[in-house]
Amino acid sequence: MELANIEKLLEKYLNAETSIAEEKELKTYFLSDNVAPHLEEYQAIFGYFSTSKQERFTKTIQLNSKKRNWKWLSVAASVILLVSVYSGYENIQQRKAAEVYAQTLGAFEILSTNLNKGNVAIAQLQHFENTKNKIFKQPKK
Amino acid sequence: MKQSEFLKTVMPFKDKVFRVAKRLLVSTEEAEDATQELLFKLWRNKEKLKDYKSIEAFAMTMTKNYCFDRLKSKQASNLTLIHSNYKENGTSLDRQMELNDSVSKVHELIKNLPEQQKLIIQLRDIEEYEFDEIAELLNLNPTAIRVTLSRARKTIREQLLKQHKYGIS
Repeated sequence: MELANIEKLLEKYLNAETSIAEEKELKTYFLSDNVAPHLEEYQAIFGYFSTSKQERFTKTIQLNSKKRNWKWLSVAASVILLVSVYSGYENIQQRKAAEVYAQTLGAFEILSTNLNKGNVAIAQLQHFENTKNKIFKQPKK
Repeated sequence: MKQSEFLKTVMPFKDKVFRVAKRLLVSTEEAEDATQELLFKLWRNKEKLKDYKSIEAFAMTMTKNYCFDRLKSKQASNLTLIHSNYKENGTSLDRQMELNDSVSKVHELIKNLPEQQKLIIQLRDIEEYEFDEIAELLNLNPTAIRVTLSRARKTIREQLLKQHKYGIS
């Protein structure tokens, strides 16, 4: 492109009156090797613009936030809590049942020893009966 | 909208979002975080996306707002100082830029422009949006944008010429 034309475009460029197409023309001119020496500063400007445009976002896009993970963690925690409370409750119930069982056993034990005492007394009564029969004759039936 | 479909919609402009965010927030890490955050916001509102005539324009507006919010909160917590002497850990692009000293000078000059000028330079000269599109994104009229853009372009050129002359004498 002619130098005069470029100079005219640059004037417009500085006043922000150029179109995108005209700005592209300027970019192509200043990225080429034969730039007029008195326009050197524009070479840096347009050079910078085109290098800047090459920069990319290189990280992988992450669509699952950390917040959501926390939510799931709390759900898991509450489930664990529920299970442990339930099993703890069960455990206590079992221990209580065992205690009650032991107490009942003890009560039966006492009952049975007392019953046995009664049995001994009854056996002695039988002894009286036998002695009485020896002394008094039994009427015949 | 499924994930694959969403990614297909987002692919063409994710780099633009990243570059605009980097222009405003300066550091690559912050720009990456901003891009990630923005894409995630879009994904969460995926059902509403159909209502917008241009998802890209919507995304760019969101990026602009997000970055301005970040800058505002950073100014409030006095973190701007750290940012003005921020050193980029060399990507291939930066190394490429070091080769051409005056090109990286342009980077510095744009960095020193007011936020609005920075953003308009980025949208027009790098991303090559039309004035009408920029007007819609920034909620300004096209004339105001031309005025701001012209001011930014002139400043960059003048500063560059000044530095160049210093270099000679």
